[in-house]
Amino acid sequence: MTFCVILIAMKPVFTRTPTFKDCPTHYCPGCGHGIAHRLIAETIDELGIRGRTIGIAPVGCSVLAYNYLDVDMVEVAHGRAPAVATGMKRTNPDKIIFSYQGDGDLAAIGTAEIIHAAHRAEQITVIFINNAVFGMTGGQMAPTTILGQVTATTQRGRNARSEGYPLQISELLAVLPGAIYVERCALSSPAQIRKAKKAIKHAFKLQVDGADGLSLVELLSPCPTYWRMSPAKAMEWLEKEMTKSFPLGCLKDVTRGP
Amino acid sequence: MNERVLMCGNEALAEAAIIAGCDAYFGYPITPQNEITAYMSRRMAEEGRVFVQSESELAAINMVFGASATGKRAMTSSSSPGISLMQEGISYLAGAELPAVVVNVMRGGPGLGNIAPSQGDYFQATRGGGHGDYRTIVLGPWSVQELVDCMPLAFDLADQYRMPVVVLADGILGQMMEPIVFQKKPGRELPPKDWALTGAQGREQNIVRSLWLVEGVLEELNYKLQAKYEQIQKNEVLCEQYEVDDAEIILVAYGIAARIVRGAVDKARQEGIKVGWIRPITLWPFPTEQISKAAEQFRIFLTVEMSLGQMVEDVKLVIAGKAPVLFYGRPGGGVPTVEEILDKIRQLTIRKSKIKIKCKM
Repeated sequence: MTFCVILIAMKPVFTRTPTFKDCPTHYCPGCGHGIAHRLIAETIDELGIRGRTIGIAPVGCSVLAYNYLDVDMVEVAHGRAPAVATGMKRTNPDKIIFSYQGDGDLAAIGTAEIIHAAHRAEQITVIFINNAVFGMTGGQMAPTTILGQVTATTQRGRNARSEGYPLQISELLAVLPGAIYVERCALSSPAQIRKAKKAIKHAFKLQVDGADGLSLVELLSPCPTYWRMSPAKAMEWLEKEMTKSFPLGCLKDVTRGP
Repeated sequence: MNERVLMCGNEALAEAAIIAGCDAYFGYPITPQNEITAYMSRRMAEEGRVFVQSESELAAINMVFGASATGKRAMTSSSSPGISLMQEGISYLAGAELPAVVVNVMRGGPGLGNIAPSQGDYFQATRGGGHGDYRTIVLGPWSVQELVDCMPLAFDLADQYRMPVVVLADGILGQMMEPIVFQKKPGRELPPKDWALTGAQGREQNIVRSLWLVEGVLEELNYKLQAKYEQIQKNEVLCEQYEVDDAEIILVAYGIAARIVRGAVDKARQEGIKVGWIRPITLWPFPTEQISKAAEQFRIFLTVEMSLGQMVEDVKLVIAGKAPVLFYGRPGGGVPTVEEILDKIRQLTIRKSKIKIKCKM
């Protein structure tokens, strides 16, 4: 009898957040995209901006992000999202514009576009998924692949002499006055994911409040398939190894004092 | 607004775009169209509209893509090498069915080329230009007035058919000054942009995309585009003819080359030569009917272009062997003179009788 009373008194404390569509995704087991999508969806719902948010999907594993996030979305050419976002935000200043880009998209082909969007202080939010590899096309080296990492195009491990060093986008962008908030987080454990959520929410809230510049949150994300690890091992490797090349933390926030 | 003003082509087309309701201009400096970016930077600010000098032509066309996806009238301008950079974006605009206006003030090529006028981008403009099976509407004005009149037409066509429209000018048209009138004529009735990304308040999400992985879906999209293109070919051809009825020689030219051709044809007529001209104004859709009809009677066609011969291929295709199609042109920034063309016409009057005899055998 007591048991029944408890059941009736229960109410849900954790549900699907409406902006995250109720459908299976195509992502690999252990992929970080699912986590990142959820954090963004929660942020959009908590801020109540679903009706005026427009998202930009990249070229990469998350090209179909519009199948999972229930907001107006556009799919754009590889790397061009910050330029598309510029066109959208300048002509629609009241809308919340965000781009969601991988490391090939943002740190390889699209590096000019992200730097100049930040340089022009475009009032947009950029979510940068860094999984140190080109996933969609079969695990090639990305600019963010770490030294020694074996990929389809660095089969003896990334070598600084011939392939250069991993590219630290957040550090690069933090130097620009137009980039007002830059933080790097990891999707490797509940504690880190909670921090990532805070960062994402801050990045969106800045745009909602009309802040005068670009916000970027870099999310170190696991790719078990092309790191050739189990999902659990991938999370470990991310937190132990990747963070050595990509230190976590807030690189810049003009809204918080020194 | 109906007063006559003296303006150079570049600035005139910019003003015409503003009158036509251009919401946003995104561009990068390149000669010989820098007057457009400078003029737009001042006038768009005055009108409270959007101007961004982008970091590259790659970025500019993508900014157009973004603004267009939200339902705004957006345009860019560039010249040949910059237009090459924009081809990726133009293909995406076509695939995503987004309206846009792209002005190409052609210069000599290939490569860095020079800054002299040219018509060397005809192939690029009329065959889509980027990857995939698509077309853009291409307008080829021949005067600053016609360039001005092309702008509202370009925006209307882009919105009506949801595709990029290229306005093909050249270094002479861009720089030359002619007296013009800005007339705000009533535009066409246009469908509502219910596909635009405006925030999904109170409706299902809108998605603007060009990737269709499921088998058969992309094929369907291509047929849909083709149906659209067939409509355009039926309804939107613009072409001008002059003295073709009794002509034994017909010159075919567009843009600034047609201005020079007109001068040569007038002089030839004075010498008693039966010559006329056909001037395509829409380069795509190409005036196949008009040229085909002109070829029903036996005459010689001479295509004149500022290139090694690009539109001449379309003329040949349309005429399909019914009559000889010859070419005269100057590439790499060269501009033919009235005398050169007149000379060619004179040579043809001698050859024509020989050709006629050959064909009868």
